[in-house]
Amino acid sequence: MTNISRRNLLKASAAGAAGVAAAGVSAKALAKSNGKRVVIVGGGIGGATAAQYLKKMDSTIDVTIVEYNKDYYTCFMSNEVIGGNRDIESIHFTYEKLAAKGIKVVYDTVTDIDAKGQVVKTKGGKSLAYDRCIVSPGVDYKWEAIEGFTPEVAATTIPHAWKAGPQTKLLRKQLEEMKDGGTVVVVAPPNPFRCPPGPYERVSQIAAYLKENKPKSKIVVLDPKKKFSKFGLFMDGWKRHYGYGTDNSMITWINSENGGTVSAVDVASKTVTAAAGKFKGDVVNIIPPQKAGSIAFKAGLTNDSGWCPIDHKTFESTIHKNIHVVGDSSVAAPMPKSGYAANSQAKVCAAAVASLLNGTTMIEPSWVNTCYSVIAPGQDGISVAMVYKYEGGKIVKVKGSGGLTGAYDPELRKREVLYAHSWFENITADTFG
Amino acid sequence: MKKANLSLLASAVLAGSMVASSAAVAFDRGEMLANTCAGCHGPGGISHGPATPSIAGNSEAYFVESMEAYKSGERPSTIMTRIAKGYSTADFEAMAAYFAKQKYISAKQSTDASMAKIGEKLHDKYCEKCHTEAGKLAEDESGFLAGQWKPYLQYNLHDFAVSQDREMPKKMAKKLDALYKKHGQEGLDQLVEFYATK
Ligand SMILES: Cc1cc2nc3c(=O)[nH]c(=O)nc-3n(C[C@H](O)[C@H](O)[C@H](O)COP(=O)(O)OP(=O)(O)OC[C@H]3O[C@@H](n4cnc5c(N)ncnc54)[C@H](O)[C@@H]3O)c2cc1C
Repeated sequence: MTNISRRNLLKASAAGAAGVAAAGVSAKALAKSNGKRVVIVGGGIGGATAAQYLKKMDSTIDVTIVEYNKDYYTCFMSNEVIGGNRDIESIHFTYEKLAAKGIKVVYDTVTDIDAKGQVVKTKGGKSLAYDRCIVSPGVDYKWEAIEGFTPEVAATTIPHAWKAGPQTKLLRKQLEEMKDGGTVVVVAPPNPFRCPPGPYERVSQIAAYLKENKPKSKIVVLDPKKKFSKFGLFMDGWKRHYGYGTDNSMITWINSENGGTVSAVDVASKTVTAAAGKFKGDVVNIIPPQKAGSIAFKAGLTNDSGWCPIDHKTFESTIHKNIHVVGDSSVAAPMPKSGYAANSQAKVCAAAVASLLNGTTMIEPSWVNTCYSVIAPGQDGISVAMVYKYEGGKIVKVKGSGGLTGAYDPELRKREVLYAHSWFENITADTFG
Repeated sequence: MKKANLSLLASAVLAGSMVASSAAVAFDRGEMLANTCAGCHGPGGISHGPATPSIAGNSEAYFVESMEAYKSGERPSTIMTRIAKGYSTADFEAMAAYFAKQKYISAKQSTDASMAKIGEKLHDKYCEKCHTEAGKLAEDESGFLAGQWKPYLQYNLHDFAVSQDREMPKKMAKKLDALYKKHGQEGLDQLVEFYATK
């Protein structure tokens, strides 16, 4: 009876005095079971949300976030910064409000996670012991996929701007400096990747900027896919606003069937090599193929797919016990790799972790995803939505729910732009306090 | 000796179970479902704007009725018609119970005082009977008007009065129709300014 689990103990206590009498537990075992330490790796959308909701669900949980940047810039709405419709300061968030809620924030780089010893190790030399660890490191890039494209090239000459901040500023600056009549080359990534409609919203935002300011310019999109998210809505929107499909189209989209797959870039001449041939840009934006954040690989949380397999109810890794993975790094399909999904998953994961630490039964989970894209600033917003439930050991779409914005209606499209901005204000309030 | 040990253990177990149950009691299916709304409607159902409405503090009946109307398509919307189809009536009731318990806070937004003044008169004449206290009483079993985000109020008044895409109770239809005929879009705008000051 001495090694009775906390779960059974609580069951026993719920059963009343009889249960207590049966439980011959030592004081030492009880003291140990009070340890409810959660270490969160990465303070982005998934990590910051998980931290806040864990504290809210059970304030006795000791929550620590390890994040290497003091300043977080949201990727969402960064396309509006690139298009010149938003100040970068409006997508800048910090961790003071989380700290004020009793969450410990450590600014450091996680270098390893010892799954057996239950310790998170940092570059600064810290060893942080945990009872449960939550990992939300976002994405990393397959740099080897495009010859000539390196982190140094991205930082100085050809931005990916797929993590917001300095990269966003660099791409914006290049667009501002480009002459009228210039060519912008955008290289889209293969599936799966962070924010499926994101590259096409970016193309729309850049097109809006050029149409207004440099109308003789062109955008060439090189895509290794046949189609993409919200395809019909984007095509329709590009026709309406940017002459798509006409001789005078601002946007040319070259898909996989037409040789859009890119293999190399010559940095000096800003020339991209695709199956269809060479494309020279005045501004080049390469969004490279993606995989789980590098710490997920170091900690052995990934499988052959390059992403982290998880239990769909608790988000616990199916490879390492006591480590949960949420957000872009996790394999949570049919949910997309989006901020809304990361936020929604983090709350379900927090509920799972709080239940596991307290030995209670987890509430049946529920998730939502909503992704807005603004095709034309102030005028034309579209969205995709979905409600998810847990069934047969998996996250599944609730039949009949969700889907895309309907046929063009100028009044409703305008509303969707304001709802997109509302979503931004609310999800960031929810995530960063 | 044995007795003393037992009582010590009992209190320790009790303390432990209180911690556990405080987590369990505070978190139920209603909150699990409601958590998925926060991305657009704000933490605890208080929207940070500029357009999505706050849904905290609403009457449970109004919340369920609205969600059912979105689900059936009776109430038009950009996105709620798609999202509401993901839930059962029991889900709506669980969410409604959660949001009804949350405190409603008026949105902080800029308003036009002179328009609001005229709006107040219009409200008193056409709306006050059912939307008492500028529409901030849950007992009225209608959505909050006072302190709601302006674009949201505008959209709804537009759908009711201008495009007439949305059904209303008979009395409301009569009153709103009369207001719109006499005061036009300007009257609706004044009404919106008034609610936004509350
Ligand atoms: C252009 C663009 C537009 C987008 N638009 C939308 C949108 O409209 N709607 C939407 O829902 N989603 C959108 N997204 C997607 C969204 O940004 C991501 O899905 C979301 O950020 C994923 O959250 P995460 O927690 O997995 O990763 P992140 O938010 O990237 O957080 C990861 C964090 O971990 C930290 N980190 C990583 N490794 C370590 C380490 N070893 N040590 C310490 N810290 C570490 C990083 O610094 C980072 O802060 C968009 C993305 C892009 C690129």
